[in-house]
Amino acid sequence: MTLHAVPSPAAIAPAVAVTGLHRAYGSRVVIENLNLRIERGEFVVLLGESGCGKTTLLRALAGLDAIDGGRITAPRRPAVVFQEHRLLPWDSLWRNVSLGLNATDARQRAATALTEVGLGGRLDDWPRNLSGGQAQRVALARALVQEPELLLLDEPFAALDALTRIRMHDLVRELVAVHRPGVLLVTHDVDEAIALADRILVMREGRIAFEHRMKRNGAAPIARTDLLAELGVGTSHPIPA
Amino acid sequence: MLLLSWLAPVVLLIVWELLAQAGWLSPQVLPAPSKVVRTAFKLATSGSLLNDLGASLLRATAGFAIGGSVGFALGILVGFSRIAEAAIDRSIQMIRAIPFLAALPLVIVWLGVGEAQKIFLVALGVAFPIYINTTLGIRQVDPKLLELGRVQGLGTLELIRRVILPGALPSILTGVRYALATAWLALVVAETIGAQSGIGFLAMDAREFLRTDVIVLTIAIYALIGVAADGIARTLERRLLAWHPNYGSAR
Ligand SMILES: Nc1ncnc2c1ncn2[C@@H]1O[C@H](COP(=O)(O)OP(=O)(O)OP(=O)(O)O)[C@@H](O)[C@H]1O
Ligand SMILES: [Mg+2]
Repeated sequence: MTLHAVPSPAAIAPAVAVTGLHRAYGSRVVIENLNLRIERGEFVVLLGESGCGKTTLLRALAGLDAIDGGRITAPRRPAVVFQEHRLLPWDSLWRNVSLGLNATDARQRAATALTEVGLGGRLDDWPRNLSGGQAQRVALARALVQEPELLLLDEPFAALDALTRIRMHDLVRELVAVHRPGVLLVTHDVDEAIALADRILVMREGRIAFEHRMKRNGAAPIARTDLLAELGVGTSHPIPA
Repeated sequence: MLLLSWLAPVVLLIVWELLAQAGWLSPQVLPAPSKVVRTAFKLATSGSLLNDLGASLLRATAGFAIGGSVGFALGILVGFSRIAEAAIDRSIQMIRAIPFLAALPLVIVWLGVGEAQKIFLVALGVAFPIYINTTLGIRQVDPKLLELGRVQGLGTLELIRRVILPGALPSILTGVRYALATAWLALVVAETIGAQSGIGFLAMDAREFLRTDVIVLTIAIYALIGVAADGIARTLERRLLAWHPNYGSAR
């Protein structure tokens, strides 16, 4: 171990680094001079009121939209889980999970991934036979089977009921601990953020306006009300203009 | 329920048979069903019926294959390329506005009344529904799934194979069903003019000799083939669209 203590360049490189990002729709500026760095294995949760540009940022990181300025450095194609599962209805579950996987053992790897999300027995089932939570688990398996260094999640549990959502939290935590990608999760759910994040970001007016690093063991965790205040909810705390 | 649904047609046939037997229906107007069946048997054993049937099926298949390929190829082209759409879609839509049977006299001037004219007419009738439903199907593929394909790193060909064509398939198969119906219509019309073989020729020949039994037989054969073609289309849909809630067997 000690002989190999010098970290390789790949190990230092972050999962994603963003500097001076700009994005506008016409004359409407949505992201302005935004900086962000996510390490490998780090779980970052992004909060922010509706329409503040969270999805815009995530899509830019995913390479789905053009950017109007700044730099995004992502080592490899990131995996994305959307709010809707986006499973191909004409493909069986394992075919869905292995979509884009160029490997001879695609089925085997899809099977492993489906087992990880608790659907190992349903390789040949159709997506339409799944519940919402199950479909979202398959979408998660499809993202993780790519072994991404960066995992982008845009409100992936928003459509699920509260109980299923809590189960999904446990599942995501376990899977991220095993695969260790850098994670950016967009959510509206403050409790979800507190439950999952290593670091919580609040976006406002096109940039990161607030950042809190969670100290999991010991140290005071952030109060829920403080976070809500940052989001401008249930407080007299004025939002800086 | 199945039994009940067959009751009315069977009763109708029996009544028809009885009326004919009793002499209330002149055989010149409408021959008894039993007579038609006997005629069918006679023609089948003499070999001419099977020859004519074969000739008709061959024309239909050839016309369908040609018209279907052309329609599908153009549909793919226009579905994928805005340039191709701008260049040819309006022309195709304008030609489509003509009932294709209205083009028959022109087709006869061009191609005479041989095989080419018949196959061309079938192909013409088939190409449009296939073309329209192919472009429509491609246009209707969920953009969110296309985006997902890109996120998963699919190349253009893979995207077409894994996302676009499967997504367009329900629409394409609907086109196939329409095309089968128009193919028959085209064939019936084409074969009544200057044919030397085929079911339509059989009917026209029988008309000369007032053989209503043969005429009724040809009508029945057209109907049966139509039903069979529809059955094939349905089977295709059930097989290829097993995943689809509206078509799959397991609802
Ligand atoms: N295609 C587009 N064209 C024009 N404006 C857009 C487009 N997409 C998003 N916007 C605008 O950009 C802003 C940010 O949108 P975005 O979807 O990133 O918000 P969000 O933070 O994800 O919101 P939510 O929490 O409701 O999902 C919004 O004001 C929205 O109206
Ligand atoms: Mg959003």
